[in-house]
Amino acid sequence: MAAVLVLVEHDEGATKKVTYEMLTKARSLGEPVAVFVGEGLDGAQEGLARHGATAIFAATGEGWTNQLGEPLTDALEAAADRTEPAAVLVAATPGGKDAGARLAARKGWGMLADVVDLDGDLVATQNVFGGATTVRARVRTGTPVLAVKPNSFPVQEAPAEPERHEVGTARTAGFDNSRVTDHVVQEQGGRPDVAEAEIVVSGGRGLQDPSNFALVEALADALGAAVGASRAAVDAGWYPHQHQVGQTGKTVSPQLYVAVGISGAIQHRAGMQTSKTIVAINKDADAPIFAISDFGVVGDLFKVVPRLTDEVTKRKG
Amino acid sequence: MKILVTVKRVPDTAAEKRLDPADKTLDRESVETILNPVDEYAVEEALRLKEKAGGEVVVLCMGPASALATVRKALSMGPDAAVHVHDDALHGSCALNTARVLDAAIRQVEPDIVLCGSESTDARTSLVPSALAEYLGWPGLIGAKQLEVDGTTIRIHRETDAGYDVVEADGPAVVSVVKGINEPRYPSFKGIMAAKSKPVTEYTLADLGIDPGEVGAAGATTEVVDFAPRPPRQAGVQVKDPGDGTAGAELADFLASHKFI
Repeated sequence: MAAVLVLVEHDEGATKKVTYEMLTKARSLGEPVAVFVGEGLDGAQEGLARHGATAIFAATGEGWTNQLGEPLTDALEAAADRTEPAAVLVAATPGGKDAGARLAARKGWGMLADVVDLDGDLVATQNVFGGATTVRARVRTGTPVLAVKPNSFPVQEAPAEPERHEVGTARTAGFDNSRVTDHVVQEQGGRPDVAEAEIVVSGGRGLQDPSNFALVEALADALGAAVGASRAAVDAGWYPHQHQVGQTGKTVSPQLYVAVGISGAIQHRAGMQTSKTIVAINKDADAPIFAISDFGVVGDLFKVVPRLTDEVTKRKG
Repeated sequence: MKILVTVKRVPDTAAEKRLDPADKTLDRESVETILNPVDEYAVEEALRLKEKAGGEVVVLCMGPASALATVRKALSMGPDAAVHVHDDALHGSCALNTARVLDAAIRQVEPDIVLCGSESTDARTSLVPSALAEYLGWPGLIGAKQLEVDGTTIRIHRETDAGYDVVEADGPAVVSVVKGINEPRYPSFKGIMAAKSKPVTEYTLADLGIDPGEVGAAGATTEVVDFAPRPPRQAGVQVKDPGDGTAGAELADFLASHKFI
């Protein structure tokens, strides 16, 4: 069976769940081969093995960082040259897409973004136009590079004993005139990224005042969720841009989406209507968000949300 | 400093987008079109760089002849000149080939920096800036929420889960900017009038030395197999809170029954 390369998404060896989703899917397409770039492989190796990686291409040492597109591309290229894979899977995150697009351009291959399903012939399913249309597409040229949307595939363990191959201990190929010079940790940190989270709690204009985003944050923390915001809330300056969900913000597809004080204008629905489960709290019974909600509460969010947060905390504790 | 900004014509954000059943490409003719919203931030950032360091701002657009309106819209914000690549053979181009054509056009302009919006609101793949950087053989600084140029060093702030990273590269480089990096200016009346007479250089594929069979639908590296409207979601349960928040407990029951808590 041909290899299927999976670019490991990790934070200094702490592997992101989307990597295991890709490894699980890769097993149905060929031999999953993990490509690991940067520090922390000793910590990550066991998890990669447990999720079925039959080989690991390791790019660790001087110049190898997973924080820049160029070294990721160089490592993927080296692994691809040695394995001649049937496909290359990267996460549909900014870093994964950056590396995938550079690899495809370098090799003259085709790439599909935001893949939510894949069949055995590598025909990919994508949700386009804010989830209004489902497209099935394929790569015509070269080895398919596929950027897989987080939360698209279930994770199943299938222990393997991967052989480790070193890509090289010092990076010489490619472009090396870009660098990360500082990591700045801000207060917003600690919560998952809105585009990758399994649960997203979003707030809108119904919150009435930016300070009331504290209610949304408290619920998000109780659920272990990311915080999102509607365009109205972001444009009003209530919450930072990178949290915006919608046509001009991020497109999310979590297991659970909680809409708090969001009416559900088409531009918002375009960013979240492919969520697996949607619940909404809004005072207006006719708000469009209820038409796509699995469970809707018509009521005063200032009463309902604190009660919900208490109940979640109580039941989890 | 010579600053180049890529811009794209896209369907209006509120318009209902659909694929043309005949060739499975986005129907851009039956809807209102606009300058891709994120590109306005890239144009604004280019103008601010010029205001600080001097130089020239050139807008680059690949799109059909009718995209000239989009080019003029971008010019009305203040750039000095534009390049418009249009050729019937470009219809149906994939993201990678779009980057390839932009690369060829950029080599004619020879800028010191290329700014792109982080994504277009139609296809939303975000692949073009990275692929473009690779074709140019330049570093790519992706997802800038702040940008500064210090001599030949180009420095951005890039959002992370926990805050942001400072990433820098030696120019020339491709920088993709995200919404919110600045507050784009509205074109003034004077700007709109001036845009009508600003120079727009037009290139065909032959001008750029690209074989028409290698781009457009004929040379696309990807193809749509089929497509269908997604079935509409059904509304589920709706409960009315009596006014004391107890519906919050019912919602918690629902979340528990679906194993979220």
